[in-house]
Amino acid sequence: MQGHLTGAETAATAAFDPCLRYELAPDVALRAEPFGALAYNYANRRLTFLRSVTLRELVRALGGFDTAGDAVRSSVPAAEQPSYLRALANLANSGMIRAC
Amino acid sequence: MPAETGRLVDQLALGLDSPICLTWELTYGCNLSCLHCLSSSGRRDPDELTTAQARTLIDEMADMSVFYVNVGGGEPTIRHDFYDLVGYAVDSKVGVKFSTNGYTMSAERARQVAAMDYVDVQISLDGVDPATNDALRGRGSYAAARRAMDNLASAGFADFKISVVVTAANVEQLDGFARLAAGYGATLRLTRLRPSGRGAQVWNRLHLDQSQQVRLYHWLVDNPGVLTGDSFFHLSALGEPLAGLNMCGAGRVVCLIDPVGDVYACPFVLHEDFKAGNVKDDGGLAVVWRDSPLLKALREPQSAGACSSCGSFDSCQGGCMAAKFFTGLPLDGPDPECVKGHGVSLLGDVEPGSIPSPGEGHSVPVVLRSPRRARVAV
Repeated sequence: MQGHLTGAETAATAAFDPCLRYELAPDVALRAEPFGALAYNYANRRLTFLRSVTLRELVRALGGFDTAGDAVRSSVPAAEQPSYLRALANLANSGMIRAC
Repeated sequence: MPAETGRLVDQLALGLDSPICLTWELTYGCNLSCLHCLSSSGRRDPDELTTAQARTLIDEMADMSVFYVNVGGGEPTIRHDFYDLVGYAVDSKVGVKFSTNGYTMSAERARQVAAMDYVDVQISLDGVDPATNDALRGRGSYAAARRAMDNLASAGFADFKISVVVTAANVEQLDGFARLAAGYGATLRLTRLRPSGRGAQVWNRLHLDQSQQVRLYHWLVDNPGVLTGDSFFHLSALGEPLAGLNMCGAGRVVCLIDPVGDVYACPFVLHEDFKAGNVKDDGGLAVVWRDSPLLKALREPQSAGACSSCGSFDSCQGGCMAAKFFTGLPLDGPDPECVKGHGVSLLGDVEPGSIPSPGEGHSVPVVLRSPRRARVAV
């Protein structure tokens, strides 16, 4: 199975912490598309494909949860949670979401 | 709930709610008359969008969540309202990437551009020396482009793009282009020569032969930081796919708006057959993009035609629609530059009279060149 993202596939690092609250970065716009969403970072001009509707809704809802882990647990079946946490880590690494 | 629903390229082939890559040619006016101009630019069109119409279009782009627009021409900076429109777009959260030949990029303009957010600049250059470049783009155009680069770099805008159309005349200079870009801290961008616009007249002489295509492919593999705008996906049949979506984006992720507001399926098919509508029509750009019968047809599964028996079709997707169209090849068959040689064998069978004409567009009245200079030029 491929990842949930295309365009910003970077290895996850310790930078992403599921115990923190995250939100869409201020320079980032999210556009819904049938396959999920496009995220564009105006600051670094990076375009990323969010390749599932679930991931799109998860990213939109992030700021409403105390932690990113809570957000994932509330909207993703247990078996798929690790892959969504990796997707969020990649989004954090590429500056699409940030801890807040 | 399944998180994946197939390959991204298959999903994109069905089309997007808004284009990812939207090109807007602001004017057909140009101080140069490059031999390979895709839009046959030269004279301004009296029906060019007015400033007010252009602003309305930018509002529409913002409503459609178009993240950025690629602005070109013609030479877009000759419009008196150019920087006003750029500012308006940026303020509307529509980033601007504009292409210029550099003539108007004075030191003062460069400082102004450097101070703007969400603006990227591409300087067109088709040779690492004046002889190579000016033969294609006109005398003095190399010096003007370098002056623009110097001015941008001096203004602190180092990461501009140097945009090169790869031809038989400059394909040996790729390392030189890369060194030039690196010297400025800029990024090199290479695109494909297409038989569109005035390019139709020089394509036979200037397009890459098979050995040059193979070398270009390996050079691109070895230089992944070089941008290509997904130009060379037909080369992916040579091995590992090149970076990018590797598909024809026409009408699916790409469209072009010309200076009078006509919308075409892609920047390389300025022809009646690929005109989808006009931004001044009811509903504007959004309705053209979503509902145009032409664009909807391009989002239907396309027949592989003569390519269906080729094992490389998944890699190259049959190549570039515009390259096929303007060389008279069927759209559901191989690209004229098919790396397996399937296109070149078909080209010989094309009746010259059956090749669609790009027309003379807005080319300036013909400038006669002496036969000697013409030979030097190409």
